[in-house]
Amino acid sequence: MARFVVRRLIGMVAVLFAVSVIVFLIFNVIPGSDPAQRMAGKAASPQLEARIEREWGFDDPLPQQYVTMMEKIFSGELVSYFGEENVDERIAEGIPATFSLCFGAAAIWLFFGLLFGYLSARKAGGPLDRTLTIFAVAGLSMPVPFLAAVFLNYFTYKTEIFPSGGYVEFATDPVEWVDHLIIPWVTLAILYVGFYSRVLRSNMLDAMDEDYVRTARAKGLGERRVIRRHVLRNSLVPIVTLFGLDVGALLGGAIVVEGLFNLNGVGQYAYESLKNLDLPPIMAITLFGAFFIVLFNALVDVAYAYLDPRVKLGETAR
Amino acid sequence: MALDPNAKAAASGPASGPWRVAWRRLRRNRVALGFLGLLVLIVAFCLAAPLWAAHVARTGPNETHTLEKIQAGGEEREVVNREGKPIGPQWLEAGGRFFLGADGRLGRDEMVRLMYGGRTSLLIGFAAAAITTLLGAILGLLAGYYGGWSDTLISRAMDVVWAFPVALLAIALGLALAVGGLNIGPLHLSSGSIWITILVIGVVYVPYMARPIRGEALALREKEFVEAAEAQGASSPRVMFGELLPNLASTIIVFFALSVANAMLLEALLSFLGVGVQPPNGSWGTMLNGGLDLLTSAPMLTYLPGAMILLTVLAVNVFADGLRDALDPKSKARIEAHSGFTAAEVTEGIAP
Repeated sequence: MARFVVRRLIGMVAVLFAVSVIVFLIFNVIPGSDPAQRMAGKAASPQLEARIEREWGFDDPLPQQYVTMMEKIFSGELVSYFGEENVDERIAEGIPATFSLCFGAAAIWLFFGLLFGYLSARKAGGPLDRTLTIFAVAGLSMPVPFLAAVFLNYFTYKTEIFPSGGYVEFATDPVEWVDHLIIPWVTLAILYVGFYSRVLRSNMLDAMDEDYVRTARAKGLGERRVIRRHVLRNSLVPIVTLFGLDVGALLGGAIVVEGLFNLNGVGQYAYESLKNLDLPPIMAITLFGAFFIVLFNALVDVAYAYLDPRVKLGETAR
Repeated sequence: MALDPNAKAAASGPASGPWRVAWRRLRRNRVALGFLGLLVLIVAFCLAAPLWAAHVARTGPNETHTLEKIQAGGEEREVVNREGKPIGPQWLEAGGRFFLGADGRLGRDEMVRLMYGGRTSLLIGFAAAAITTLLGAILGLLAGYYGGWSDTLISRAMDVVWAFPVALLAIALGLALAVGGLNIGPLHLSSGSIWITILVIGVVYVPYMARPIRGEALALREKEFVEAAEAQGASSPRVMFGELLPNLASTIIVFFALSVANAMLLEALLSFLGVGVQPPNGSWGTMLNGGLDLLTSAPMLTYLPGAMILLTVLAVNVFADGLRDALDPKSKARIEAHSGFTAAEVTEGIAP
């Protein structure tokens, strides 16, 4: 177990290091992204540019610049090129909104995805299954900006049932918190509800064909018990993996949803920084997002060891 | 991979067996064929853009008509009124001009833009999926078949790209390239080129295909027919492309279809954020973005392109499911393309 953890940690650090180098290169090798030039403005004197270059260290060799940037990220001293805000603080400010959005949406999509998938599989081929299938495939084909626009227009502009955006802290007012987040939650969740219900449905139908299910039936177990104990339990294993991976991927920020509903989370900050080609926040947010992706990938592996006694951590499964 | 066991019995020639069975299955799947028909209709609609533009609307997709008036239903109407509100759908009252109204302050013909924008969106969807599929299949095959250092190299590279948040990586690449264009060796893409969007979308999804393909190639490599080919002295490329590739073909086809759907959704997202297709060229994604300013007064300008994306992606998705059912009903291609892991890894634990 200890060896597994250590190996996993080394792998995570290596991946994050590579991610940071790639981001750094994307924004330093590409022409037109010279930060000193853009900070100085269009009609700046060469002297001003040179001064900015010296002050910000843009005249250092690239590896030196990279090391300085990484040191600053981890000591909390990193400052953005435009607006000169402290990047780590700004990310920390965005975390409550981003995590509220992400975990709330995740709870919704998990609940409805599993419910619809279960109903679909139990009534496979029937009218309920067909209806749910249509909705599921439409859900996973949904362009998020479109759905967000429809919701915004009907629920906030036309009927004013929900506020048109912004984020309210849970601690300030729990009711307002939900009120402001419910449309963003649903917008984000619909995509995944479709996917999860399809996955559970097909897994359950596959499992019903398995020998152990036939055996359970032959033993005289009731249909409900067979489904709950044998079919559902085994069908849920892949859902755990997917859920872990998807939540991890979303914690870096849902850029469109946060932007359209003005939630002021990490994703919205990412987008604003990207528009300014502002490397420090882009670097920090990308690492932040990638960190959760690799972390949740590792958590999924650990979860397996508990779910499935056959999995022994540290041994290659092949 | 394993096609129907009856496939052998149905085979009349060496190459026709499994494919013929799959084709028969697909032909019987009326839902999948219906949605394929819908996709064909959408493509035809977009291909007809120059005809509609030249003979019915008599304007181009980027031509502005801000200060013009048109004759419709026996009266004169402003294309854009004093408050900046564009004209609504005229249907055939103006002889087909402004069939769906104008697109905003610039007074461009919405119908013409919708048709031309669809061409861009479809081109990006299919071309980006082709790049993903080509690179994903080749890298996956190389890594899975050769093993050793080439596997290590490819797999680690894929792990790194996979660890990026997809949208963030695509936006970063799209933005960076939109500023300066791309010049690598013989490849020159100017900064406004839609090929930049295509390349970016194609590349960010590569690990989601390469990693599952590698897993399948790894499993196939141990099979007897590969051993037999190697024993006969077949060269490595020959084994890879002559023996492994045909066995992966059904997976790759389904992956391609799913990639088209993913690529079109990502295009919508990128163009919506302004880092995809660059103006004045339009795609359904940029139109969705452009319509947002007039969401309350002219919601159709947002809904139409949005609905077109939804319908197209829906048609591709349903047809992809039909293809999967026909080629290999047990395949978990959707899970693999979504997660970037093989189905076995997702169900039996991701091997550390």
